[in-house]
Amino acid sequence: MILSIALRELRSLFMSPLAWTVLAVVQFILAWVFFAQIDNFFSLQPQLQTLKSAPGVTDLVVAPLFNITGIVLLMVAPLMTMRLISEERRTGTIQLLMSSPVSMTQIVLGKYLGMMLFFSIFILQISLMPLSLFLGTELDIGKLMAGFLSLFLLISAFVAAGLYLSSLTDNPTIAAVATFGLLLLLWIINASAANDTSGNVFNYISLIQHSNAIIRGVINSTDIIYFVLFICTFLGLSVRQLDSYRLQH
Amino acid sequence: MSKTTLIKATGINRFFSATHAVKDLAFELNTGDILGFLGPNGAGKSTTMQIISGTLAPDSGQIEINGIDLIEQPTLAKQQLGYLPELPPLYKELTVNEYLLYAAKLRAIKKDKLQAAINNARQRCGLSEVGNKLISSLSKGYQQRVGIAQAIIHNPAVIILDEPTVGLDPIQIQEIRQLITELGQHHGIIISTHILPEVHAVCNRVQIIRQGRLVYHSDMDGISNAMQSNFVELSFKSAPDPSLLQNIAGISQLDKITPHDFCIELSQDQAESAQAINTLLSRSLEHNWQLNKMLPRVRSLEQIFIDLTVSDSTAPSVPEDAAE
Repeated sequence: MILSIALRELRSLFMSPLAWTVLAVVQFILAWVFFAQIDNFFSLQPQLQTLKSAPGVTDLVVAPLFNITGIVLLMVAPLMTMRLISEERRTGTIQLLMSSPVSMTQIVLGKYLGMMLFFSIFILQISLMPLSLFLGTELDIGKLMAGFLSLFLLISAFVAAGLYLSSLTDNPTIAAVATFGLLLLLWIINASAANDTSGNVFNYISLIQHSNAIIRGVINSTDIIYFVLFICTFLGLSVRQLDSYRLQH
Repeated sequence: MSKTTLIKATGINRFFSATHAVKDLAFELNTGDILGFLGPNGAGKSTTMQIISGTLAPDSGQIEINGIDLIEQPTLAKQQLGYLPELPPLYKELTVNEYLLYAAKLRAIKKDKLQAAINNARQRCGLSEVGNKLISSLSKGYQQRVGIAQAIIHNPAVIILDEPTVGLDPIQIQEIRQLITELGQHHGIIISTHILPEVHAVCNRVQIIRQGRLVYHSDMDGISNAMQSNFVELSFKSAPDPSLLQNIAGISQLDKITPHDFCIELSQDQAESAQAINTLLSRSLEHNWQLNKMLPRVRSLEQIFIDLTVSDSTAPSVPEDAAE
């Protein structure tokens, strides 16, 4: 049941030009970034050779690429998630789901899974670039995997938040703006506390703080738990919202 | 075919902020019933339909679908019902086949029966030709049919159709009505509509709702009775003095419409009113009144509907044959 909903979601995504456009544009921009980083790496190489434990290509090319991918996702995720539920509310198709023998949890998980399938394709496509470096050099596989994990957790969190905000309104644009605002706020919330390394509460809340740590290759259970909690919270809220949608609308 | 209660709704209330949209509604639906749900705009028809289909939660009340409580066990209960909302819930970017497959999967039809269910629904709704077309490219009538196909694909015990014939051409309407009649033999169907002839054509029970309250419910026999009235229109070429008519036993009231046309009200008693007619006829012959019209006045369903929904009086449960 969850899978049916997910596949329908994925299918509808690829029926519209939006998904294709997003994939193409993002790929182009990230490819540009990727080449810039490689270029950068070549110009730095003579200096690096003089250093004792110099950062490798993984640190200088792959990590920045993942960082920027994170920022691009911040902008792309709201565009993709905005229609998840709001569009169904707007066109009335949600009535089909509501009158079918499926629970609200199944609807939410199906929608979530569908969108995650889309972003898995997205990550796969992005990952071809760093993987292509294997043709010419050695990469730190551990750090590479950590980078993928970070991207995956990041986008899982983005989609969960986007799904919830999409369930609150029947206007996709409002859902997109709200999602972008929320994610951006969570991204920069520790800006004021950036210098304060001690246990500042804003540092704990900030998305970037947790994802950066993983990209650096430090996989800390705190960070993983942060993401898991983040996702569960927003999925739980979405289920609740759908339940109460039947009560109010 | 045994009569089983498919829907049992009791004491349903629903508020939209301050508006009491549905008030203490209760009704039952049995197998073989095609229940016409009537009411003016904003009376709470669609709200009630949404509540029964489980897409809107009532503030209080109980609904059993085929013996399963809709609020306690929504997933089980919803397997028993198919619902076509006012706006057909169509994913326009899918083809008819893809959409029906999705609907069938949502309704938990087993894998080996999927294709048969889709074919059946497609055939019943006359969609065989357009299976591979995008829903967005179909006309309104065809989209409506896809909506109906979606509601019957899993062969549910209860089918709820909110204004199913809106936007269809007369031939399609005829076909859909036929389909509903056919489905009604083995299912319980509720249709909401404000097209009154439609109720006559397909329904065997009628409920009228007004301001969220059920003001009338009856089967078709009851309606036929309610449509009878004791009024008879008379027209004479050489009209008698009204008092002569008034004197006939069994005529309780007389209205003079024009010098030649009258409207009489007969007594409630059957024998007495038959006697009155006989007397009237023989007097007419005797005095050469030249009776050229004698027409029992029938209250149309429209009239009943208007009486019930427009009048300011607080809702009577079942109307007496009141004066027009």
